[in-house]
Amino acid sequence: MSAETHSSSAEYTGAKANGLIVTAALVLLIMLGGVALSAALATVAYIALSGFMNQALMQAMLVMVLGVAACLGYFWGSNRFLDTIYPARGQDAASNILKANQIRPWLFLGPAIVLLTIYLIYPVFNSIWLSFRGPSGDTSVGLDNYRWLASDPAFRESFFNNILWLIVVPAAATVFGLIAAALTDRISWGNIAKSLIFMPMAISFIGASVIWKFIYDYRAEGTDQIGLLNAIVVWFGGDPTAWITVPFWNNFFLMVILIWIQTGFAMVILSAALRGIPEETVEAAIIDGASPLQIFFKIKVPQIWGTIAVVWTTITILVLKVFDIVLAMTNGQWGSQVLANFMFDWMFRGLDFGRASTIALVIMVMVVPIMWWNIREARKDM
Amino acid sequence: MSAGVGSRPALSWVVNISVILLVLAWTLPTFGILISSVRDKNQLALTGWWTSLTASERNLPPVRANPPVEAQERDGKWVLEGNVFRDGSGEVRVFGISSREPTKFEIGETAELRDGGVLKVESNGDYLISYDQKPDGERGQRIFVTGVEPPKFTLDNYDRVINSEGLGQSFINTLTVTIPATIIPILIAAYAAYALAWMEFPGRALLLAVVVGLLVVPLQMSLIPLLKLYTNIGIGKSFPGIWLAHTGFGLPLAIYLLRNYIAGLPREILESARVDGATDFDIFRKIILPLSFPALASFAIFQFLWVWNDLLVATVFLGNNEEQLVLTGRLRELLGSRGGNWEILTASAFVTILVPIIVFFSLQRFLVRGLLAGSVKGG
Repeated sequence: MSAETHSSSAEYTGAKANGLIVTAALVLLIMLGGVALSAALATVAYIALSGFMNQALMQAMLVMVLGVAACLGYFWGSNRFLDTIYPARGQDAASNILKANQIRPWLFLGPAIVLLTIYLIYPVFNSIWLSFRGPSGDTSVGLDNYRWLASDPAFRESFFNNILWLIVVPAAATVFGLIAAALTDRISWGNIAKSLIFMPMAISFIGASVIWKFIYDYRAEGTDQIGLLNAIVVWFGGDPTAWITVPFWNNFFLMVILIWIQTGFAMVILSAALRGIPEETVEAAIIDGASPLQIFFKIKVPQIWGTIAVVWTTITILVLKVFDIVLAMTNGQWGSQVLANFMFDWMFRGLDFGRASTIALVIMVMVVPIMWWNIREARKDM
Repeated sequence: MSAGVGSRPALSWVVNISVILLVLAWTLPTFGILISSVRDKNQLALTGWWTSLTASERNLPPVRANPPVEAQERDGKWVLEGNVFRDGSGEVRVFGISSREPTKFEIGETAELRDGGVLKVESNGDYLISYDQKPDGERGQRIFVTGVEPPKFTLDNYDRVINSEGLGQSFINTLTVTIPATIIPILIAAYAAYALAWMEFPGRALLLAVVVGLLVVPLQMSLIPLLKLYTNIGIGKSFPGIWLAHTGFGLPLAIYLLRNYIAGLPREILESARVDGATDFDIFRKIILPLSFPALASFAIFQFLWVWNDLLVATVFLGNNEEQLVLTGRLRELLGSRGGNWEILTASAFVTILVPIIVFFSLQRFLVRGLLAGSVKGG
């Protein structure tokens, strides 16, 4: 009895393994077929049509339409093909449906998995490998890149500044966001105020940098200041200063830009969390005679710690990746370098892929704890 | 809501004023460049944008009169005439002939020049230098004027940046990058999200965890490996190359958002469709896609704003030439080459942020919904 069960389960496992291989092969075949077909169609159409149109705009539109069409073509074509080889009718209908259902998830997931692998997973491993290689990746240099990193003053400066950014920006954006959320929820024109505070989020980092560079603009003493900050300083009797060239403090002037952009994000999310707080807890506090400030800090804030943490970590990750602001404002001069721009510098100006990859890995390592926490939290939900 | 808490009038005033201050701090910077971008470039370079509506008294840049050799003979004297205002409008209060004393003379007084001429300036800006004998000399007299210039507004700055600084072409390039880079990830992610939400297959939980993990992988990791890969397989710097890059980078968020939304749709709809003999492909196309419109719109706005505003990916995966330079790249270039020309920078900045701001204000509802789904639920 037990032997029989054993053998049949082994057989079953074997059949399942076989089935898996066949499934995998089929998925691959269908995907490749789908891609090849759409690509071929797109290319033919492109060549046929581009002969008639020379204007850049028309070509751009054509390429756009074809790109999207190729994508649609894959999903439609591959599903159609699957239904053709395993038709859901005839005498094998039941087993065909079963087989098709085994394959179809992978058709749906295929392009996503391929793209995620190429664009995000492979680069992590490739970067690790490159960090042990020379400038062009052709020669092995052992741990040289790491040794260089450990002793490079520019790296130490970037790292120190990044820590500063990581402390100040998420904290300031979250606090401002919390204040804005708490205040705008109490007034009649709160939604308009929210929209306006939220707006900088739509502005690119480079656009925001131009906006703020204009505010920090410096003119020699005695002439009219056209930068708002210096105009205010002069109006109060101070001396105009070229703010972004003042070592150490210039970091804070750059951080202001990111805080300005991110406050709206924090506000929107925290405002939703504040609204989600059960009314009873607040009402009970009012009856007990708590002041509005006490209610806010002792009743409301403790109930939204989870959301505050989410906002904080989201902004933290953004801070690690931001390079546009530093690139546009100072390009790392006057002691304002950060890791992301330092990496960009070694990639484009230093042309040393080994060192640049090593810097990128440092950024990655700083993200890993948050990644781990996110996955843990997400798994709780699912 | 908590209106009962803040109903004391004094407190309500404090709240209102605080919010007004906050809103001012968050909008004035943008407002400043908008105003500056339509100001006359000479005024913009000299006075703050907050003074742009007042015709205030100010030291205008020194004007150089015509060189003495061009003096014309009239009534036995040799005279030079002109106007200190470039376009002839404005009012002079005082004037001077040296940078040490730029306000020495009142209107109606005459200034004696070192080369023997006599300078008069009228309040409308007309100046007249007369000499007793025919003067020579190639260098014109510098005239310092303190005057009142009426505020001048113009669209010339926009005309210039769009037509001769290349922003028009960059606008088209940005559109070419942004539209497919928004649509393609939605398509790919929607199918993947459906599979992750409703289909049974081995490894589903693992895949989901991977997607959540990839949400935070810094772009910096991907740049060099992909640059090498693109060069090796010959994609090089092309639009399809950057579409795929943006698709790859945007996918984790897209899959995550859409999967959460689709998983929340009522199961009965799907099951009754299955009973009616619909295949997964049909269900997806005819039921899921229309129902998940809000989530699709949320992600579309995210991705649109992100791609439109991106500088890093465009710098790495597109060339620096006229046909490929996007708005953000162009703005960066102008910041380097025209660092002091605020009339160009402000107008350019406004051109680059205009579309995202329109999208933002018209579709804010979806954006907020997406943000909430992405961060609060997923935690």
